[in-house]
Amino acid sequence: MASKVIHALYTDDDVLMDAVKKVRAEHYHIEEVFCPFPVHGLDKAMGLPYTRIAITSFMYGCLGLIVSIVMMNYIMIEDWPQNIGGKPSFSYIENMPAFVPIMFELTVFFAAHLMVITFYMRSRLWPFKEAENPDVRTTDDHFLMEVDAAHHDVNKLTSFLSDTGAVEIKVIDKEEDNH
Amino acid sequence: MYTLSSRLRLFSVILMVVGGIGLVAGFLSTPGSVEEVKEMMAAQDAHGGGHGESESHAQSEGEHGEDAHGGDAHYEHVLHQLQNKPWASLYVAAFFFFMIALGVLAFYAIQFAAQAGWSPVLFRVMEAITAYLVPGGIILFVILALSGFHVNHLFVWADPEVVAHDKLIQGKAGWLNGTGFIIRAAIFLGGWLLYRHFAVKYSRKQDEDSEGNKWYKKSFKISAGFLVFFIYTESMMSWDWIMSFDPHWFSTLFGWYVFASLFVSGITVIALMTIYLKSKGYLEFVNDSHIHDLAKFMFGISIFWAYLWFSQFMLIWYSNIPEEVTYFITRIEDYKLPFFGMFALNFIFPLLILMNSDFKRVNWFVVMAGIVILCGHYIDVYTMIMPATVGASWFIGLSEISAVLLFLGLFIFVIFRALTKAPLLAKGNPYIEESKHFHY
Repeated sequence: MASKVIHALYTDDDVLMDAVKKVRAEHYHIEEVFCPFPVHGLDKAMGLPYTRIAITSFMYGCLGLIVSIVMMNYIMIEDWPQNIGGKPSFSYIENMPAFVPIMFELTVFFAAHLMVITFYMRSRLWPFKEAENPDVRTTDDHFLMEVDAAHHDVNKLTSFLSDTGAVEIKVIDKEEDNH
Repeated sequence: MYTLSSRLRLFSVILMVVGGIGLVAGFLSTPGSVEEVKEMMAAQDAHGGGHGESESHAQSEGEHGEDAHGGDAHYEHVLHQLQNKPWASLYVAAFFFFMIALGVLAFYAIQFAAQAGWSPVLFRVMEAITAYLVPGGIILFVILALSGFHVNHLFVWADPEVVAHDKLIQGKAGWLNGTGFIIRAAIFLGGWLLYRHFAVKYSRKQDEDSEGNKWYKKSFKISAGFLVFFIYTESMMSWDWIMSFDPHWFSTLFGWYVFASLFVSGITVIALMTIYLKSKGYLEFVNDSHIHDLAKFMFGISIFWAYLWFSQFMLIWYSNIPEEVTYFITRIEDYKLPFFGMFALNFIFPLLILMNSDFKRVNWFVVMAGIVILCGHYIDVYTMIMPATVGASWFIGLSEISAVLLFLGLFIFVIFRALTKAPLLAKGNPYIEESKHFHY
């Protein structure tokens, strides 16, 4: 199904923020905004749902902690106990202080790496992925707002968008939504 | 302007009076002779069959019985510990509330030195808390002078008889002696109070005359200078006032450890006081984001404190050198519950409660975490000081609770009275608009 969207380009993040608020106040649907850098507060202005990545991060941290405990218990206590520094203990808990740095490091390692991977997967990013941004200038100094124009009067919408400070407005006919 | 309500004034006075009476009673109820100790312990043994403390006493009594010293040596030891107890609890409480004010002073200086834009709306709260440095510092100085010259038995290095038989303390006598101790304490306290005096003065002047930010620039310079002075003196203060309770023992990161403790306690008190004042309708310019930032500091510094606690513990545990490891052996054998309990209160509890970003904006979560952090750090100071002064004869009794109430009353009275002295908004600060609109 062919859908019609409007690409409005801005050159300033403050103007963009105001425009996003105005567009949402008029109940138009913003598909996406492409920015050269993260704009503070844009997610709230666009009405995006709250991120849940912090919860995944906590779970990954717990996973890392458990992995480190199981791993060291197997390596250092069960499989090959060694006398290190005069502490020939065959109990995990009695040797625990020596293991704490590794427990900490693996907690951070798991939380950080798995969180990044989750973020990439959630954002549908992977190696050799073709860029989704419709205009290369959004990687340099332009901000692009993609507004859904279906079921709206295109002329009215474009004039409204240019009033919000857009420097360039394009009407795009999408053959198919590739999202 | 804030006005001190008569209810709060009455509350603080009641705390002081109750604490004062309790503390006097604590001093009076210490046993005066070996016979009294024997009676007390006999009564204890008769009462509590399952009481852990009396069991350990009975054991050590047996060991001493076989000893050539004779049976009374142990009782005399316990007698000295019990006589030390009210002094030690007075010292712990005096130091604890003083260290809160000192932590706030360091935090305040950092805000100026870093030219922080979020915090100027809280400056008057911080200035009010640091007002406690004056009476708290004087009280602490008096207690230190009494201890340094062996009026009480808090510091073993101050006892000439002990030093005469102790090669290690003799070697450290160049540093650990009453005169040097008092001179250093005077320098530390004098420097901190001097900074406090001028920082507050410049901050008030900046309100009257903000043209060209002349006074603000002075505040910046003096704060940067103070921070250099502070980190050296704070470190030495921690050796003198805490580490020297165990004069044989040493730890090179002890200064940092005490710093983390006082810093997090100070920030917690700023947060608690801000929330209290907001609930009374003051500080309308302080928003959720300021509380959020304070809670982030509480969370972060709690983890920093745990990191230092563990760093100190692990290295000593691993190397297992007798003169170092004795510090932890006393604590783990005689103080197991407070020693590990405060680790849970100071690290695990704030870690789990304040981890969620939204919880840091919920006032009652911050208050709950703050109260737990303050209790935890009181116990932290307690386990740093008590093992060397009262040993195994510890219990949280009349004199401990009274000393806390006494200083809590004084603390509340002084800081809220200081708050009435100036408008609650430092309106001349160049970052005040940024701070008012601070939004995360």
